[in-house]
Amino acid sequence: MRERHASHGARRAREFEAFVAGAAGRLLHAATLLTAEPPDANPRARHLLALSLAHTYAAWDRLHGEDPYDRTRQYLATRFAREAWHRHGGLGRSRGRPAGPLGGLSPQERLILVLRLYEGVAEEQAAALLGLPLERVRTLCDRAVATLLRPPARRAGPSGGTGHEDGDAVRGPAAGTRAGSRGRVRGS
Amino acid sequence: MSRPKREAAARRILEQSPPRVPPELYAEAVRRGGRMLRRRTALRRLTWLVLGAAAVAFAVWALTVQPWVEPPSETTPPMTGWEGW
Repeated sequence: MRERHASHGARRAREFEAFVAGAAGRLLHAATLLTAEPPDANPRARHLLALSLAHTYAAWDRLHGEDPYDRTRQYLATRFAREAWHRHGGLGRSRGRPAGPLGGLSPQERLILVLRLYEGVAEEQAAALLGLPLERVRTLCDRAVATLLRPPARRAGPSGGTGHEDGDAVRGPAAGTRAGSRGRVRGS
Repeated sequence: MSRPKREAAARRILEQSPPRVPPELYAEAVRRGGRMLRRRTALRRLTWLVLGAAAVAFAVWALTVQPWVEPPSETTPPMTGWEGW
């Protein structure tokens, strides 16, 4: 029993190592694009990817023919979405704008851009994964592409304004009403 | 610029300068994943243990108390002194 258990573990480790060797480069690139860090200094992307890979490793025996790459990417995307939500809802608002080619985009725009264009996930799948309506995914993707291709001179506006836009984009359509009610409470 | 063209241009920007994969990534993932697996196994074992202990406790209680046996009546007074009628 113990022997079978050990050989099972060894096989899992072998398969997982092959998977990581093949997929880690592309996944790390995707994660680095998401966090908008420079390619040679990307601690957040590495951490995110290590967590996602650990999740896949733990679920390796219960994949039942599911693609481990898909699984890892899904976890990576949802985890990043959750983190971005928390960061922008709380203390992180004052944090400086990240560098890199995607630095001018909000986290949600980056997420959709990476899923749609870099990973080639279909619009419907991306919408289902993030729990957004299809039209919203399309709009966000178009906006992200436009921002990415526009020369950076237009983007270098007052930093306070862009920061606010970023926050709204992350929190989605409900953000406006919430911000409004908060403003009223604070005003009275 | 048309939509496919713009998307292709954006894709080219995204593909630039891929990062180098750190060699310790695999070990880190296995370490964390193994810990998650072990924790899950321990939790499952603990759950079964608690369930088993509860089942044993119930069985012992049921066998000692025997709640299905009708208890002896305590309300009717003993009937005495009817011989005189």
